[in-house]
Amino acid sequence: MSKLLEVKDLSIAFDTYGGEVQAVRGVTFDLDEKETLAIVGESGSGKSVTAQSLMRLVPMPPGKFAGGSIVFNEEDLVEKSDKQMEGIRGKDISMIFQDPMTSLNPTMPIGKQISEGLIKHQNMSKKAAHNRGIELLKLVGIPNPERRIDQYPHEYSGGMRQRAMIAIALACNPKILIADEPTTALDVTIQAQILDLMRDVQEETGTAIILITHDLGVVANAANRVAVMYGGKIVETGNVNEIFYNPKHPYTWGLLSSMPKIDGDDEELLAIPGSPPDLADPPKGCPFAARCPYAMKVCENHMPEYTHLSETQQTACWLLDERAPDVEAPESAMVGGTKVHE
Amino acid sequence: MAKYLLKRLAYIIVSLFFIITITFFLMQAAPGGPFASEKKLTPALEEQMNEAYGLNDPLYEQYFNYLVNAFTFDFGPSFKYVGQDVIEIITRSFPYSLILGIESILIALSIGVLLGVIAAVKHNKFGDYTAMVIAVLGISVPSFIMATVLQYIFAIKLGALPVARFESFAHTILPAIALATTPLAFIARLMRSSMLDVLNSDYIKTAKSKGLGQRVVTYKHGLRNAILPVVSYLGPLVVSILTGSFIIESIFGIPGLGSEFVVSVTNRDYTVIMGTTVFFSVLLLVSILLVDLLYGLVDPRIKVAGKGGK
Ligand SMILES: Nc1ncnc2c1ncn2[C@@H]1O[C@H](COP(=O)(O)OP(=O)(O)OP(=O)(O)O)[C@@H](O)[C@H]1O
Ligand code: SF4
Ligand SMILES: [Mg+2]
Repeated sequence: MSKLLEVKDLSIAFDTYGGEVQAVRGVTFDLDEKETLAIVGESGSGKSVTAQSLMRLVPMPPGKFAGGSIVFNEEDLVEKSDKQMEGIRGKDISMIFQDPMTSLNPTMPIGKQISEGLIKHQNMSKKAAHNRGIELLKLVGIPNPERRIDQYPHEYSGGMRQRAMIAIALACNPKILIADEPTTALDVTIQAQILDLMRDVQEETGTAIILITHDLGVVANAANRVAVMYGGKIVETGNVNEIFYNPKHPYTWGLLSSMPKIDGDDEELLAIPGSPPDLADPPKGCPFAARCPYAMKVCENHMPEYTHLSETQQTACWLLDERAPDVEAPESAMVGGTKVHE
Repeated sequence: MAKYLLKRLAYIIVSLFFIITITFFLMQAAPGGPFASEKKLTPALEEQMNEAYGLNDPLYEQYFNYLVNAFTFDFGPSFKYVGQDVIEIITRSFPYSLILGIESILIALSIGVLLGVIAAVKHNKFGDYTAMVIAVLGISVPSFIMATVLQYIFAIKLGALPVARFESFAHTILPAIALATTPLAFIARLMRSSMLDVLNSDYIKTAKSKGLGQRVVTYKHGLRNAILPVVSYLGPLVVSILTGSFIIESIFGIPGLGSEFVVSVTNRDYTVIMGTTVFFSVLLLVSILLVDLLYGLVDPRIKVAGKGGK
């Protein structure tokens, strides 16, 4: 079966006063129908840029494609004109942004913000779009949708705004829903509700989801597969079980160690010391080398190739080379032997 | 809504009370009387005039009378022009100023907003630079110089437009442009920076992510949000047009309230000065109220009209 979306060697750079920032450096991943792929990584690792480039929403200039392809429906989105992209955005691929407080237009009623896409992509009348808007608000769990639809964003709470954002994104039944840290700006209890909602909605509509987050905890319950990003590259991918129970990349270990454990020992969270590489002058070798406790000579100057550990798991680390010493994942990166699920 | 309006009206009345009081006592404190001029009046005559205009009454009585009359828009007779009431002077001259003022405000708003939007949309391109050069010029050139330059080019060199008096629409064009220049330039810059902010905001990205075209994104989603700072500037705009009109009306020989005010100051025509001051204050207070109501219409987050009653 062919993939829904295939991203190959995608590179994106920004021209800035400080030189060229290589925000995304040769990222390759794909997405199946109806699955959820999580992209995980620290701040600045290039997650948002990757996600926005899929919809060609990266401002260009200063941004530019420095190579690679994004194949959707057997067509390369990189090659599309702006006009052609308008026909894809919101219809085939939709996006939810991080901060629901700022991602809705404050001077436009929610209903109108939902209708716009319907009117544009499905040629609906205003009336029909309004009614569909009410259905969508109901679908995302907003009480009293007939009244709520005419309200403005400031009359909604944060969680409700994110629900409304989801309604906007889902309006035209997109094949792919990109959610860029959809819960980061919300209270913990609301976070869980929004994630549940996204899962329910996915079951109902069958849309594939790309879930971007820096919180591995979110991933465990929400995703099928995980891509771990660091320094503009994907350093490890695998399905959820592989990433949680058989991670092979030291950066993935670091992320797991910094995750709060459910079994409740009050051991300290181990944040990864150091800071991510400067993408204006990216390291020649492994991007994690400067912070990696296992770094070897070779790491600094040579980028490791991907090692295929299974059908689904690939890891880019010299430790997997046969000449490298045997290193085990540290204790802190073990997910307690028990399930991470609640 | 009604409650809000009542409250605002009460505010206006209180402010007016203070304004009248302050102008009254400032006028009292100012040296020189209305009848002090180059040609000295005989003491007997001056005494007679003072008596006739009630200037010999005790101060509190003068103040009290003035206060009561002011609220009925009766500002007494002019000291200088015998037989004319202040209110007559105001009603005669104000229509000119009103036309000039409205025309300038419309020019400043429409062209200022247009320039600002062009500059923002063409950010760091030719259109942006052009618009901002115009804006900087407009802000730095004082209106009386602008007026002279306009008169020189359009009236004297090209003979295209009349300069003096105020009889037809053609007469209004040059003074309205001269009066509008500075606020226009200010609005253009305000609009540019606010539009740039808005175009970089998250909800614009959301709008794009729905597949809306550039135009719809800019105008349907951007403009209404970007124009809010300009709406807040409408109050100061009215002030700037008002004060600007003193100079511009004098330069263009327009018999409006602005030049009337300037003349009354040079004449020490106290009742006219006070009358126009109070009238200008009313004008200003009412326009500020209107601006606030308008702001509530443009920005749903401001609950002026008390929808929902919060
Ligand atoms: N418009 C831009 N101009 C210049 N550099 C940019 C621009 N947008 C992003 N970048 C750079 O691209 C890099 C990746 O940014 P990105 O927003 O993708 O990170 P992220 O992984 O989403 O982080 P976060 O968790 O903070 O959202 C950063 O180093 C950032 O400085
Ligand atoms: S390649 Fe080297 S530096 Fe990079 S993660 Fe592996 S061991 Fe660490
Ligand atoms: Mg991001």
